[in-house]
Amino acid sequence: MLAEFIQFLFSGITIGSIYALAALGFGIIYNASGVINFAQGEFIMLGGMSAVVLTAAGLPLPLAILVAVAVVAVVGLLLEKLAIEPARNADIVALIIITIGVSLVLRGLVQVLFGKNTRALPAFSGEQALHLLGATILPQSLWVLGTTVVIVAALAWFFGRTRFGKGMLATSYNRLAAQLVGINTRRILLAAFGLSAVLGAVGGILITPITYTSYDAGIMLGLKGFVAATVGGLGSGVGAIVGGLLLGITEAMTAGYVSSAYKDAVAFVLILLVLFFMPRGLFGAKVSERV
Amino acid sequence: MRSKALGRLIGASLIGFATALTALTAWAAEPIRIGSVLSVTGPAAFLGEPELKTLQLYIERINAQGGVIGRKLELVHYDDGSVAGKANAFTKRLIESDKVDLIVGGTTTGSTMAMVPLVEAARIPFISLAGAVVVVEPVKKWVFKTPHTDRMAAEKVFEDMKKRGITKVALLSETSGFGQSGRKETLASAPKYGIEIVADETYGPKDTDVTAQLTNIRNTPGVQALFVFGFGQGPAIVTKNYGQLGMKLPMYQSHGVASEEYIKLSGPAANGVRLPAAAVVVADKLPQEDPQREVVVAYKKAYEERYKEPISTFGGHAYDGLMIAVDAIKRAGSTDKEKVRAAIESTRNYMGTGGLVNMSPKDHMGLDLTAFRMLEIRNGDWVLVD
Repeated sequence: MLAEFIQFLFSGITIGSIYALAALGFGIIYNASGVINFAQGEFIMLGGMSAVVLTAAGLPLPLAILVAVAVVAVVGLLLEKLAIEPARNADIVALIIITIGVSLVLRGLVQVLFGKNTRALPAFSGEQALHLLGATILPQSLWVLGTTVVIVAALAWFFGRTRFGKGMLATSYNRLAAQLVGINTRRILLAAFGLSAVLGAVGGILITPITYTSYDAGIMLGLKGFVAATVGGLGSGVGAIVGGLLLGITEAMTAGYVSSAYKDAVAFVLILLVLFFMPRGLFGAKVSERV
Repeated sequence: MRSKALGRLIGASLIGFATALTALTAWAAEPIRIGSVLSVTGPAAFLGEPELKTLQLYIERINAQGGVIGRKLELVHYDDGSVAGKANAFTKRLIESDKVDLIVGGTTTGSTMAMVPLVEAARIPFISLAGAVVVVEPVKKWVFKTPHTDRMAAEKVFEDMKKRGITKVALLSETSGFGQSGRKETLASAPKYGIEIVADETYGPKDTDVTAQLTNIRNTPGVQALFVFGFGQGPAIVTKNYGQLGMKLPMYQSHGVASEEYIKLSGPAANGVRLPAAAVVVADKLPQEDPQREVVVAYKKAYEERYKEPISTFGGHAYDGLMIAVDAIKRAGSTDKEKVRAAIESTRNYMGTGGLVNMSPKDHMGLDLTAFRMLEIRNGDWVLVD
């Protein structure tokens, strides 16, 4: 009985930490601009895909990871420069729609350049499962979970302790006021896109050994990550982890104890309940509506 | 004034010349127009792309050898982007403005079923490349298909299980259209083979972990084997999780994963997995005396030389569709639609990449269980087990 429960829990942690990692990227751009970046899933896919392509081309894994992260960071910066900045005076809904367009372009480019096949990346510490109380978990899941925690800590430090991070938060609350006190808001937005592209790439590389990747992998990751971010509270690092794990563990427990046919339905009912009673998510900031 | 008259004269002679030219080309034998709607982009692109490449390759080859009944073949192709509604619109265009002689293709069951009412009403021979039984059952006068059905896959698996004395089976199916149609056929044909489905679990096509479902299956009392019905990355994740849990239950997969990609993605956990597959997958491993060897080896060679990528069963379905059509036109001696339709229906002993085809008025697919080979994965490679 216990072994079963722990196995379901491990399954939930594996799924949940992937969602959490995907959720984190949404927070930064949201914090800096109020924009929900629907190309975030494509950053994740692009990270995994670049690492796969580079290792297949003969690069050793650590080097491939670095290059892949750099590639995606450049894509993120270009996205801001070429698509968001020219439209920076448009309202937020228009910017969100631009990110949807960018996600379609990225997906199409990868499909044309790298093909439609599903690709795999070797696990960082081998495929041998770890055993605990009769249940098993892959070491890669721990990599994902551990990195997520490290990233959240780093982000908390960045937004709470550094001048640049505080400037980013200030920009999101009131761009005009931030400009008036001397914050370069254009650079902030550029940095936000670069940073969340890096986060997406790191996430994509970490999860590819578990989930595989293909040109359309970003759709599901973006969607589930967005849901996790909303449940946890958009813009909150801890919220992303809690939201992701909550979603993942609910799915796994439902699949284990109720029926695998209902796992998505139960997860979505849970989300509706959370948002019904706490519209800003579990850890969402209490911001008064700007009118 | 003069210049105007001259202009008119030149105009008139130009028109006359142009008319004569068109008449001339028309007289030099009108090509046979083969219409096609395939899912070359979108989620079903991995099916539609090799299908289109195969059609293009072989139409080129047939034309280089002088065409069929003295006429060239011409492919009129549209990509439905894996959207059934578009397949319907493009079929209308094929029939009404392109005036095609017959249609090969309709990659997915959804697209095919959206095309069926149109071809039935327009009375045009239609060879579909979609998998589900519903395409040819009940029989529709103008509709044929070349791929194996999911029911055949389930029956082939049960046949093998019976040989090994397995009677209690856990089913794990994907929530995609392919997986759910497979689940239905599996549940329906199990009693015929004396097999009891003791667990019936599902997973989503983009799920990243299925250890919860597998744990439940492992803990089901009396279970003797696991049968997974899905395609793409899902079955590979199932296989990997199966290895992670250290499960020893014999695992069967469906024909949906009969590709090198599945072995590559699943890694060592795939060893021992059995699945039904078309002969194309193991073209090189077929014994010399195998009656199907010649056709699949020739197709493999032609396709891989041209496109530098491995063949798939899906491209093979398009090959079969085109060859059955060409053969029928030859026997009919014309492109008269009713004659071609009757000729397709009387296709006998055609050996294709999918297996031996024997059509009849009651069977518009014409394949039996011998069309599937039972394969086992050993040391990362396919082995024929029967």
